[in-house]
Amino acid sequence: MTGAALTIRRPVVAGRAFAVVVPPTVVVSLIALAVVLAWASVPTLFTSYDPAVGVPADKFLPPSLDHLFGTDQLGRDQFARVVFGTQSSVLSALVAVGIGVIVGGAIGLVAGFFAGWTDVALARVVDVLLAIPSFLLAVVIVSSLGFQTINAAIATGVSAVAVFARVMRAEVIKTRRAVFVEASALQGGSRGHILFRHVLPNASRSVLTLAVLQFGLSILVIAGLAFLGYGDPPPASDWGLLISSGKDYPRAPWLVLFPALVTVATVLSINRISRWLRKTS
Amino acid sequence: MTSHDLLRVDGLSVSYGSTPVVFDAGFSLARGESLALIGESGSGKSTIARSILRLLPERARAQGSVQFQGAEILSLPERRFRPLRGRQIGFVPQDPANALNPVRRIGAQAHEAAALVEPRDARARRLLILDTFEKVGLSAPQRVYDSYPHQLSGGMLQRVLIGLALIPAPALIVADEPTSALDVTIQKRILDLLTQLQIERGIGLLLITHDLAIAGERTERIVVLKDGRVQDAGATGEVFAAPGSDYTVRLQADAPALNPERYSALRADRLPVVGAPPRIEVSGLTKTFSADGEAVKALDDVSFTVPAGTTHALVGESGSGKTTALRTLLGLEHPDAGTLLVDGESVVGRSADAVRGIRRHLQLVYQNPFTSLDPSWRVGAIVHEPLERYRVGARRERATRVAETLAAVGLTPAHARRRPAELSGGQRQRVAIARALVLEPDVIVLDEPTSALDVSVQADIVEVLLRLQAERGLTYLFVSHDLALVRQVADSVSVLQNGRVVESGPVESVFSDPQHEYTTSLLSAIPRPGPRIPTELARTA
Repeated sequence: MTGAALTIRRPVVAGRAFAVVVPPTVVVSLIALAVVLAWASVPTLFTSYDPAVGVPADKFLPPSLDHLFGTDQLGRDQFARVVFGTQSSVLSALVAVGIGVIVGGAIGLVAGFFAGWTDVALARVVDVLLAIPSFLLAVVIVSSLGFQTINAAIATGVSAVAVFARVMRAEVIKTRRAVFVEASALQGGSRGHILFRHVLPNASRSVLTLAVLQFGLSILVIAGLAFLGYGDPPPASDWGLLISSGKDYPRAPWLVLFPALVTVATVLSINRISRWLRKTS
Repeated sequence: MTSHDLLRVDGLSVSYGSTPVVFDAGFSLARGESLALIGESGSGKSTIARSILRLLPERARAQGSVQFQGAEILSLPERRFRPLRGRQIGFVPQDPANALNPVRRIGAQAHEAAALVEPRDARARRLLILDTFEKVGLSAPQRVYDSYPHQLSGGMLQRVLIGLALIPAPALIVADEPTSALDVTIQKRILDLLTQLQIERGIGLLLITHDLAIAGERTERIVVLKDGRVQDAGATGEVFAAPGSDYTVRLQADAPALNPERYSALRADRLPVVGAPPRIEVSGLTKTFSADGEAVKALDDVSFTVPAGTTHALVGESGSGKTTALRTLLGLEHPDAGTLLVDGESVVGRSADAVRGIRRHLQLVYQNPFTSLDPSWRVGAIVHEPLERYRVGARRERATRVAETLAAVGLTPAHARRRPAELSGGQRQRVAIARALVLEPDVIVLDEPTSALDVSVQADIVEVLLRLQAERGLTYLFVSHDLALVRQVADSVSVLQNGRVVESGPVESVFSDPQHEYTTSLLSAIPRPGPRIPTELARTA
């Protein structure tokens, strides 16, 4: 990267050019995220090693050109394990965010739009969810559903429902009072029409930036659950699991260092992008 | 001459980033003189005011020269300019409701202004503040001193702000649209106050306004700005008599107060309206709201009739009940008593479905086109929405109708693909009119349809409305606080005060021979250019 700001020009409208300047840190973040997504979709392009098969003679090799992130106690290439672990880590974060957005968004939409008793009842549910520490809630849910990464994802999603419901409700209440909503009612619009065509599109904007932020957070929470053994058991190679098993070998610090760095870099990039989106939208 | 100049601006150019907004502006203001900077939104008038006060945002770059009392201030370091700002150059902001800190008492905020005067004890400052409040026409200074901003009306807050600017006894006051957020009669009183202070205390007044009529009435010299360039400058009388640019001519023609008969030809094009059957009949309309446990009568026995094909104006200041009246007519509020007939059918006491049927023939254009259009929709969809909701015609037919309606309000098919944010205020209001028009209603209710727009844009919109009325025989219910505009467009008028109709009748007779004193005070608030006011005030001073 040259560090220069990238400028995207939209087509000239109404005689005025809208120029969106993308700051250099956001460009770096976007590149980092693109790499992670590529790892998740086509891991075989990035490494020729099999993440599950090791060469016992090559165990605990420090990072080198042959093994970028070194090798583990069974002689497996750590870089290959990180790359192949990406899919499950990213996918489970997406599932978590999806549950949060859809369930939380629906609760917020209904509560904000219909107000009255509906709002009071749903607000209590949300308050209860908020009162339980989200990580604890996730641990409880995984314990009852079974120790699998997908269950960890569901648990993370459920614990995020309250946050999305809150934001959605606030946005819906703001939009519902807008003049153009009343105008649509005067124009013959039914409640359903107003709710889905006017209120939802306008209210969902800030929910979407929150979703990006929550995506980063979910990766962390799921990695944390995997670290504690609440995800898929080995030989799966979720980032959190890699860090967890690496910690048993203090003489090979790269086993912890590299998966941790990848996780931190991904989450930081997502946070940076989310903050930028919120500022520009 | 130059040695007497209080303020002298020469070759001032300002740019925000790489966008220049002011080009080579120059004017001068003598001690005790008043000068108006006139222009529409985006003309750079506020930017010039901010350069004089050195309040430009950081990314702005100003070049040229601004001299205050003979000393260059544009290049002065901030540390050396600070003794001037507030002490020598006072500022009166545009919107009094947002200019004061809502969580602190007025008195505490006044002490900040008083702290600019030489150090004195708190008691002396308090006396100075109360004295100044009294001078700016606040009748209970102690009560104002102890109040929070939300406890005072807009007019009182603007007096407070003028008082705050006056406390350090400045030589120059910069007033940025000081009355645009206020009612007309209050506007007149605030302008009277500024003029009086200018004459009595010999303060230079730099008045920034978009209203040519106010500038003509209140100031000795004017500078007309457009797109950051000075179009015209000179003594007010001369500029009015012999405008030096086409733009000034146009502004003069567009100002409602200066041209009461501007649209008479367009209005004569309409079908003969004498003896037309009544389209809207309102009688005995009463509506009470309860506020803080007290019942407030928003409407008290309001009655009026609008013949088909004519324009009826509801006139009054904020709180007069005009908005409640039209919301009741549209079925958005339920009246406590009274009848509302549209084409002989009652709006009151009907099922939601029946009201929906009536609304099809009764459409509303909102005051502010910046909030009345959904920002996430394209213009074509916005105009199409009512047709879809009322299931009018087949798909193809609807598309043609949308295109026709957009053309009727002067928009092109290219506009239909844009979103509201990509349109100007005037274009947005055209979209709002098209949306109301597309169902081919008989009655359109216009809620201050031009008050959020510039004068020349207002003239365009009014022209569109009157042309449509002539072509389609529309009936308008026109709600406004701008009497000059009402005189231009309406056939009959009802004047509302505190929810009661104090006077009604044909526009000509109400305006030429007002019977009620409230109507008289509203009429006297229409600015009349000429040297009348300053001399009048000088005599009484």
